[in-house]
Amino acid sequence: MTKLDSKIPQGPIADKWTKHKNEIRLVNPANKRSIDVIVVGTGLAGGSASATLAELGYNVKAFCYQDSPRRAHSIAAQGGINAAKNYQGDGDSVYRLFYDTVKGGDYRSREANVYRLAEVSTNIIDQCVAQGVPFARDYGGLLDNRSFGGVQVSRTFYAKGQTGQQLLLGCYSAMSRQIGKGKIKMYNRHEMMDLVVVEGKARGIIARNLITGEIERHSAHAVVIASGGYGNVFFLSTNAMGSNTSAAWKVHKKGAFFANPCFTQIHPTCIPQHGEQQSKLTLMSESLRNDGRIWVPKKKEDAQAVREGKLHPTKIAEEDRDYYLERRYPSFGNLVPRDVASRAAKERCDEGYGVGTNESGEAVFLDFDAAIMRYGQEEANVKGYHDASDTQIRILGEKVIEKKYGNLFQMYEKITADNPYKTPMKIYPAVHYTMGGVWVDYNLMTTIPGCYAIGEANFSEHGANRLGASALMQGLADGYFVLPYTIGDYLSDDIRTGAIPTDSPEFDQAEKDVKDRIDFFLNNKGQHSVDYYHKRLGKIMWNKVGMARNEKGLKEAIAEIKALREGFWKDVRVTGDAYSMNQELEKAGRVADFLELGELFARDALERNESCGGHFREEYQTEEGEAVRDDKGFTFVSAWEYKGEPSDAVLHKEDLVYENIELKTRSYK
Amino acid sequence: MSASKALNLTLKVWRQKNQEDKGKMDTYQVSDISPDSSFLEMMDILNEQLIEEGTEPVAFDHDCREGICGSCSMYINGEAHGPGRSITTCQLHMREFKDGDTIFIEPWRAKAFPVIKDLVVDRTAFDKIMAAGGFVSVNTSGNTQDANAIPIEKSHADQAFDAASCIGCGACVASCKNASAMLFVSAKVSQLALLPQGQVEAKERVKNMVKVMDEEGFGNCSNTGACEVECPKGISIENIARMNREYLSASLKTEDA
Repeated sequence: MTKLDSKIPQGPIADKWTKHKNEIRLVNPANKRSIDVIVVGTGLAGGSASATLAELGYNVKAFCYQDSPRRAHSIAAQGGINAAKNYQGDGDSVYRLFYDTVKGGDYRSREANVYRLAEVSTNIIDQCVAQGVPFARDYGGLLDNRSFGGVQVSRTFYAKGQTGQQLLLGCYSAMSRQIGKGKIKMYNRHEMMDLVVVEGKARGIIARNLITGEIERHSAHAVVIASGGYGNVFFLSTNAMGSNTSAAWKVHKKGAFFANPCFTQIHPTCIPQHGEQQSKLTLMSESLRNDGRIWVPKKKEDAQAVREGKLHPTKIAEEDRDYYLERRYPSFGNLVPRDVASRAAKERCDEGYGVGTNESGEAVFLDFDAAIMRYGQEEANVKGYHDASDTQIRILGEKVIEKKYGNLFQMYEKITADNPYKTPMKIYPAVHYTMGGVWVDYNLMTTIPGCYAIGEANFSEHGANRLGASALMQGLADGYFVLPYTIGDYLSDDIRTGAIPTDSPEFDQAEKDVKDRIDFFLNNKGQHSVDYYHKRLGKIMWNKVGMARNEKGLKEAIAEIKALREGFWKDVRVTGDAYSMNQELEKAGRVADFLELGELFARDALERNESCGGHFREEYQTEEGEAVRDDKGFTFVSAWEYKGEPSDAVLHKEDLVYENIELKTRSYK
Repeated sequence: MSASKALNLTLKVWRQKNQEDKGKMDTYQVSDISPDSSFLEMMDILNEQLIEEGTEPVAFDHDCREGICGSCSMYINGEAHGPGRSITTCQLHMREFKDGDTIFIEPWRAKAFPVIKDLVVDRTAFDKIMAAGGFVSVNTSGNTQDANAIPIEKSHADQAFDAASCIGCGACVASCKNASAMLFVSAKVSQLALLPQGQVEAKERVKNMVKVMDEEGFGNCSNTGACEVECPKGISIENIARMNREYLSASLKTEDA
């Protein structure tokens, strides 16, 4: 398989999806009852796919490592979900959402997929409202919207700062209905350990019951990977502690190509790291950039005084503040896309203007004072308080801010013990989302027939940078509206196949491999814990494969990760036993996979000699520090084929063809 | 970050090998804990220490570590999610404790939540209640009516949201002297009863969910209100009142029919 076939339908972009749906094969309702589908992961993508496939009549087996499907990490998404509803009448359309997403992704995504995403986005909102998702509404009872980075319309639907939670609970409800009917068999606290390929087709998985430690065989006619992203390769990220790449990496090792691993999103607004004991980072929603202004002091001595706790930020005069995003990008200001905002924060901190109290001084201010006073004045006008004092206006304004972002402010205060109504928040970029992932064609099928990847686990729609509020949109689009159609085309060949047996040599071998690896871990009796290696891997990734990368650093990272991996296999210590709950053993398997992925990630970054989106190579920038893309050389998807060691992986290129959007230098100035 | 000094603590932790094991409290010392660390980061440090010593680390549920997934479930010094209000265990920070403190850490205790290992309990009873009726019966078709076709009064939408913000952690059950799940069940019943989309099957829903709740071995509600106090999301017991009304009206209507 040297040439990748993306299977993009012919015809004008606006007709492709409709035409494709009309032409693909169907499975009739009676035959669906004799077809089994495995779904790994129960976040927005896996949950919505499981529910919809079961509604259609397929027998679904759904797996999650958590104790309930409701806990998948989609639950933590805060800000919102985009949809081209144009309820605000501000000029939004399917085309504009499509255009913004391609541009936001720095022209490294597939046009046809993105257009389809924009097209089905409106159905998602209708579906969620029908399920009882309580989106924010205005006093007229209609749905409210807000704006997110990289766009000039308000198309983001939200439920306070808990949009992901509400959407996931919607999916979980829909799943629960099918679980009650017996159409979904739910396997909680189960981890996929390997993919089973029979005669070239994905036909099942080996799973470990995380309570009993039992190794189980599960067969199906198709396997859907919906296991999320691999941000935890950095150890510190906004991902959940258990988020891992293992399901995706296992299918990669069985033949699925892995695309654009170096495209990772560093989110600009996270709570800065407090110290070495930190286990994870917490995001503050991008929606805060609607009203918060980002700044650092103009004078280095002021920055230093803030770092030392000698100067309170509110005492710094307006003219001594550098609102650097407003200065550099006047037309988008504080709402530039995430990659741009993150790099700008790093640039200021590297120059010595950071205000963090940790060792590196890494933090910038996110200040709500201007918004509080502006909203307060509006409220005073509405209420007819014509001679309200500043204090009264401030109180009114704080109430407005509390209504909009109350839970986020409260979360910030709990973590930092600072009151963000009175003193500006401190924020710094952190790893948040991975645009790269398992390569899929237009049907969301990987290079293994019958193996699909959806949601963050695949690479598809976001190119080199994802826009805010688009992850929820993609997860639900894939699971509710795309995969349930496209999978039928493949499964129509399987109506006479009957149940897939689990006593084949392929299942025997896969199970043996899994058991051997577990035995190895438990018998290794090395010196260091799993976290010891994970933290070291994270440091290498953050320092050399993080927000800014260069050839020398990447080469060092590749060598260091390889050495670390060798050390891990020699000297890792895993306590406990195989046949009971063993959280150390779970972590060991996941970190082993991160140690391979990390190296491929660095290699991908080294091969891509350009700066685009979340991938910033220091060698390729303008004098002002803006990214320089190389469209002649790199308008392609890097799809890696597994060949053993990460250094042996073979690169395949899927050329990206832009027929509807002209490639331009992305400018938010 | 904080100027206050690092903490040295004594931990009394519930250790239980598996569901059959009787279990007991074990004592551990941890030192040099930053007041800015979260409670679970302190547990990570304890576990690293235990691994170094060759002892099996303490099993506990945790995932998002930002107060929304509902995984973490520790009973700390006799309170679900420990001291402090409107927080989960992962949002509890060590600055709430003093140097030299002894901290008691136990799993949720309820008949319907059997202990799996150490601090990990089985909460699938909640999933079973949800599968009995915690949904609106609408299929995914791509042609449901437009989302703005039915305006919803803002106060209803807001109340529905407040009920829907339940994270299903089970602190309400763990805090209740009767191990009742009324707060959890009523939150879902209320959310859907307050919205026009959920009203169509509201009667069936409340009856089916309450039936499974009783079958799963949760206790009755005696209006003590401990659940509301310990709920990390501030779910109000008004929801319980609303569910009781829904249940009564559903029972009466069905008898008429």
